[in-house]
Amino acid sequence: MAQTADTAKTSYQGQMHLLQKEIMGRYFERVTRAAEQGDGKAVFMLISGNPVELVHAFDMIPVYPEIDALQLAVKKAALPFIQKAEELGYSMDNCAYVKADVGLFLGGRKTPFATIPLPSLILCNYVGCNVYLQWFEHLAEYCDGKIYNLDIPFMRDPSGKPSPEDIAYVVHQLEEVIAICEELTGKKLDWDKLKRIVALSGETGELWAKIKSLTKHIPSPFDNYFDSVTMMAPLYCLRGTEDGLKFFQTALREMEEKVQMGSGPLPEERFRFVIEGPPPWPYLRTFRDLFAKWGAVAVASTYSTVGGLWEFGFKHDPNRPLESIAEHMLQWNVTNRNFLQRYEQIRRYIQEWSADALVIHSVKSCRLFSAGQGDMREYFTKELGIPTLLIESDLEDPRYFSEAQIKNRIDAFFESLEHRKLTHKTQAAGATL
Amino acid sequence: MTTVESILSRYREPLENFPLELAADWKKRHADKKLVGCYPVYHPVDLIHAAGMVPVGVIGGGNRLEIAHADSRFQSFVCSIVKSTLELGLTGRLDFLDGIVFHSICDPARNLGSVFKRNFPKLMVDYIHFPQNMTSPYTIDYLASEYLRLKTSYEALTGRPIKDDDLRRSIALFNEQRRLLRELYAIRAEQPENLSTVESYVLLRIGTLMPPEEHIPILKEALADIRARKEKPKDRIKVVLEGSFCEQPPLELIESLEAAGCYILDDDFLLGWRWFLEDIATDGDPLRNLANGYLRQSVYSGVKHDTREPKAKHLIDKVRETGAAAALILSAKFCEPALFDYALYKRALEKEGIPHLFLEFEEKMWIFDKARTEIETFVESMLFD
Repeated sequence: MAQTADTAKTSYQGQMHLLQKEIMGRYFERVTRAAEQGDGKAVFMLISGNPVELVHAFDMIPVYPEIDALQLAVKKAALPFIQKAEELGYSMDNCAYVKADVGLFLGGRKTPFATIPLPSLILCNYVGCNVYLQWFEHLAEYCDGKIYNLDIPFMRDPSGKPSPEDIAYVVHQLEEVIAICEELTGKKLDWDKLKRIVALSGETGELWAKIKSLTKHIPSPFDNYFDSVTMMAPLYCLRGTEDGLKFFQTALREMEEKVQMGSGPLPEERFRFVIEGPPPWPYLRTFRDLFAKWGAVAVASTYSTVGGLWEFGFKHDPNRPLESIAEHMLQWNVTNRNFLQRYEQIRRYIQEWSADALVIHSVKSCRLFSAGQGDMREYFTKELGIPTLLIESDLEDPRYFSEAQIKNRIDAFFESLEHRKLTHKTQAAGATL
Repeated sequence: MTTVESILSRYREPLENFPLELAADWKKRHADKKLVGCYPVYHPVDLIHAAGMVPVGVIGGGNRLEIAHADSRFQSFVCSIVKSTLELGLTGRLDFLDGIVFHSICDPARNLGSVFKRNFPKLMVDYIHFPQNMTSPYTIDYLASEYLRLKTSYEALTGRPIKDDDLRRSIALFNEQRRLLRELYAIRAEQPENLSTVESYVLLRIGTLMPPEEHIPILKEALADIRARKEKPKDRIKVVLEGSFCEQPPLELIESLEAAGCYILDDDFLLGWRWFLEDIATDGDPLRNLANGYLRQSVYSGVKHDTREPKAKHLIDKVRETGAAAALILSAKFCEPALFDYALYKRALEKEGIPHLFLEFEEKMWIFDKARTEIETFVESMLFD
């Protein structure tokens, strides 16, 4: 029988959560100081395959409009900004991250968590998402910040790998970014410092990969979607710093303890699923509870790999700092991989993380993720025989979340999954008799 | 002499019935030739031609195609052309093609390339990542290497190498075609009474469905006919149209816009097929010349992001240069690039005091009353202002 949402709610608050609060608090203070006191130079960047190492090497401040937009959504403060953008001519059908951010950018740049500075550099790391190009092009028109399009060729070769020409092109562009940062800061790049930062990134990525492989355990020690996405802020804002490394060391230690204790995020793990697509930030808790009441735990997620995909063997190499950053941007994140590579990533998750089902959360805003997910469902159900649920809402715009409808779909899905499990058990028992 | 009227009566009906009919028929008459589909916006068609194949513009399914399968693969918020293209494939209507190529124009089009690869394993499916860094001196090396990769794919498809001279000859041929198309557009901008947008559209669109060797003579005869026209200008407002660079509006909609009282002096229909502002060099390294053309000699496009100038500059310039009185933004529904562009266009047009009208369309639409009323109201407000 399904438990009620209340009893299934998680209440785990370990060291890592306190630490996260502390280091992210410091990060947002730094962001606010840059905005309000002109202390430091902000570099606007995008999450997908971000080259944050370069920004840290110049002691500039990475600012991610996506993080600002999603924080607004989580704090249920996004809608007025979205509507402001729509008044300016943005369409109902445009990505709501962009609209919330444009509304914020033109509307004082004050949020409940930080004041957002004007950018010294608008570094458009075009990693997969075409909307990124529009987004930063628009911000550049709304201020005087210098814009640079860091163009990352998409993974299109059947090998799934970048060509030597792709890598050379990206490395040349990274050198141009370095020259721009040198001009902006008046400092030459300290290569030893960059190497140290890239080494820290390598260690951090490795810890993150270890953490994410712990959910192969049964029961899974944490939810590799709902808990993983909250660990993404330190991964992107603080990767390559001592603070960031310390956070992931603590997180790994605590998660390993949970594995040893055999404890998980829910009182009982009854279903293991893989989830594809970004979360509905404005209703994150509600959404989580809809799964929790079924004892369903996400053991892997594609969304937690947008900024980087470390769990299949990639590690930043301090001896080849620029090549290594280029490889990360080109190949080692889900957004720059083609749609069929994503099918393959999900297939591996289902197999290697022992999942029972796939849940596809299709969001209107992010067509990079969502366009064609009906074909993905077709592949997993028809070709692989994996029970697959496709539900729709949005990652930012609260107007697209219909709780009753989503609840019905999730309930019906897990009910049938439960039935299927029971039938399989009976059949298996019958076979041994 | 072939007149524009006779060309329209020959080609308009098949274009409206099933846009790819002309190319599919051509294949029936040339069974030994290979055809490669080109999804919008731009493709280096010269390379396909140099390989001895025919490039075909796969630019949607028109408004008579029923979408019965593709809407279970692509969601309701994805534009029509993505779904109609897949529907054409799933119903066997692209079987006459040997290959199809997609481009980095937007996220749904890119995912569509992967969906094609999975669903049509016998078809050669490729994808070009066009560069978005227009300022780096290294971009040209990258794009030339991307074209080289594509050239290798085409060579594998035909089983014979593409020689540099073959490619130079193809570039020269397409230069001629593009020159004639530029002339067509120049006439529309200067004497719109002598050439309607529907006429120029059909003349251009058929060029995406036949080899350039066949299209060029048709264009030449049409131009001779048009140059002899001496129509009296009507009392209409002059506009430039922007936003329809990928999915195409039905011909009846274009006709409605004109009938409502507009001379459309310029537009961005089928933009990729007239991509260059001038001839591509035919001496030297032809792949590099094509790459240079893309980066330095091509038209403005909402899918090519050039950080060196404000987004709306080309549009404002176009209005000023043609002497248009207004801008018409005609964007495909759910087309994220065009819808984003509109926010910046609106801002710039208002700042410049240029009136504009924003309309959304879908290729599959077949009722035009609403669009017609909107444009009529707009025209009246301009005429009696």
